[in-house]
Amino acid sequence: MSTIHPDQAEALGLVGNRRHDGPDHDTIDGSMTIDPATRPPLVLGDRDFKSVTDTICGWIEDKTPSWWIPAFAVSNLLAITGTLMIVYLIITGVGVWGLNNPVSWGWAIVNFVWWVGIGHAGTLISAILCLFKQDWRTSINRFAEAMTIFAVVCAGMFPGIHVGRVWMAWMLFPIPNYNWIWPNFRSPLLWDVFAVGTYFTVSLLFWYMGMVPDIATLRDRATKRRNEKVRFGPMWAPHPLPDFVKKATTITLPANMIASYVYGVLAMGWRFSSRHWWNYEKAYLLLAGLATPLVLSVHSVVSFDFAVSILPGWHTTIFPPYFVAGAVFSGFAMVLTLLIPARMLYPGLKDFVTAKTIENMCKIITVTGSIVGFAYIMEFFIAWYGGNPYEQDAFVRRAFGPYWWAYFAMFFCNVVSPQVFWFKWCRTYIPFIFAITIVVNIGMWFERFVIVSTLSADFLPSSWAYYSPTLVDILTFVGSLGVFMTLFLLFLRFLPMLAISEVKNVLPQANPHHPMYDTDNATHHGEGH
Amino acid sequence: MAVKHSHTTSQGVPMHAILAEFSNPATVTRAAEHFRDAGYTKWDVFSPMPIHGIEHTMGLKPSKVSYFCAIGAIAGFTIAVAMQGWMSAIDYQTVTAGKPLFAWEQFTPIIFELSVLLAAISTIAGMFILNGLPRHHHPLLTSERFLGASDDKFIIAIEATDPKFDAQGLKSTLESLGGYGIEEIEED
Repeated sequence: MSTIHPDQAEALGLVGNRRHDGPDHDTIDGSMTIDPATRPPLVLGDRDFKSVTDTICGWIEDKTPSWWIPAFAVSNLLAITGTLMIVYLIITGVGVWGLNNPVSWGWAIVNFVWWVGIGHAGTLISAILCLFKQDWRTSINRFAEAMTIFAVVCAGMFPGIHVGRVWMAWMLFPIPNYNWIWPNFRSPLLWDVFAVGTYFTVSLLFWYMGMVPDIATLRDRATKRRNEKVRFGPMWAPHPLPDFVKKATTITLPANMIASYVYGVLAMGWRFSSRHWWNYEKAYLLLAGLATPLVLSVHSVVSFDFAVSILPGWHTTIFPPYFVAGAVFSGFAMVLTLLIPARMLYPGLKDFVTAKTIENMCKIITVTGSIVGFAYIMEFFIAWYGGNPYEQDAFVRRAFGPYWWAYFAMFFCNVVSPQVFWFKWCRTYIPFIFAITIVVNIGMWFERFVIVSTLSADFLPSSWAYYSPTLVDILTFVGSLGVFMTLFLLFLRFLPMLAISEVKNVLPQANPHHPMYDTDNATHHGEGH
Repeated sequence: MAVKHSHTTSQGVPMHAILAEFSNPATVTRAAEHFRDAGYTKWDVFSPMPIHGIEHTMGLKPSKVSYFCAIGAIAGFTIAVAMQGWMSAIDYQTVTAGKPLFAWEQFTPIIFELSVLLAAISTIAGMFILNGLPRHHHPLLTSERFLGASDDKFIIAIEATDPKFDAQGLKSTLESLGGYGIEEIEED
């Protein structure tokens, strides 16, 4: 034989999965390798298709975990607090915020930009990493896409309320007002509406389309449960069961009935046909191609809100790439912040989200954090090199002015802290990674704050003023965290948090030409190659 | 000739299809090769995930989803140019910041965003339209065995409307190809 098929090479042990007897120091949980010629398994625990389905669907079908209800209650409480703050704002006016004359854009815009930035990881993982054929993404893409959508929901709240007279928010859209005046398309504020609106819609559609086959799996399981003979009642049914229930051959539990209908409607009648898969995979690839420039465009457009204005410290061409890098940076940090506790709370999730996956994400955090650090330094360099005294003053004031503490918090959290991931111990020791991701989330919030607080010293020194938030500002922000966690907990409870069909697709068994299938019919091997 | 109801199940009900279950993607691929070479047209393979290379095995034509995507993108581009041009340069002419009325540079972000938006929507809509979805009821979904395709089983179904359909012959063919649990599915 002159050539060796890649699958054969794998079987012969030349490359590919190397069997490990158990976790050891170098491979952590068996998902890492020190020899670059070997390909560690993406899914651990010798899982077959059935165990993948059972594990992922089990998280939804099992009893509500004990931590879920308290977590949901706290999140709800925060969300309600935030809602009350918004109601108070609307009935009173923007004076309840800490805004003053030069700083007319406070925490609302900071929170908006922060949330939109967080929303970048999901589509990056599902689109860009899909085009780069990074198969490790299959275990985190659903999770990250959900995070994206909920983050953009939280982001969208703020422009809606920071317009001041919220009943005029419809003027953001190209609808003629009562004087038949059209919105100004030459303004970046309107571009923002389209960019964020498009990003939200496309992310939502991408997320939903990816979920259709998995919802169909849940539908089929609910249908099977519905048809099964029930031997005992649900917890709230009377015990012992009344006679007429015992006599019935099949009982349909209301929960199974509701599940089969709701998942049935959402699954669009998907029936796992190969002819359907063929169109589906094409659509998925096209969407990945469309979403890739979209991810890069959203935060570029958000940065135009600042960069297109003629204000020192904002009017710089570095803003679009620097915002995008920062967005990916904070998005990955937030995915890890959510993923690490989920990995502890859901048994079996560690087999899918392996140490290797987390290590890869840490590397992306270091890369994007370094880009952000480069941008911070470059901004200073250009301010000096450009020779514009107003620009220079804005930057000196940023680092050494009244908000020096915010600048140094930002610099430490975003530039210094992610550098620890150069060391292998740091990017494999989970509690440490979790701590760093929190630091990064805080740092990225400060970055937006530093940029916005540039407003406090405008062209007229007599109007300079120090900006500090009020309790309403703070509680509105905390409320948006509550909304985010509420939506996320609902997602974890009712929707498949891992892409079941995609995870199955990266199992070695999914390859019809895998040598494991050649034992009974060796003559077929190599056909079609 | 009324092809549609010329086949009936053992209970005498019009038949929709015959299905067989396979245990892994390799055997189902081999069986699919057989049905492609035998010239069947109304048949399908059902699998929990897309099987790599099944489109060649089944002889499927390139997907037409791309056309939907292109149409959506062109529509988005056209709408964005027309909307911004008409609103800013024709219907409500106001000079802002000394920019020209038809400032294509400043229209670019919205042109891009609308093109992507409509392309994405039409791609997904196109995928569902080409697949004949949503269709919440289908004769195959009445079979409990068929539901295994969403878990770990691989199913081949040959519809009774296929010109080469022959219930008895198919059953033995499917068995010889490694299929099991052969079922007749009633038309609804």
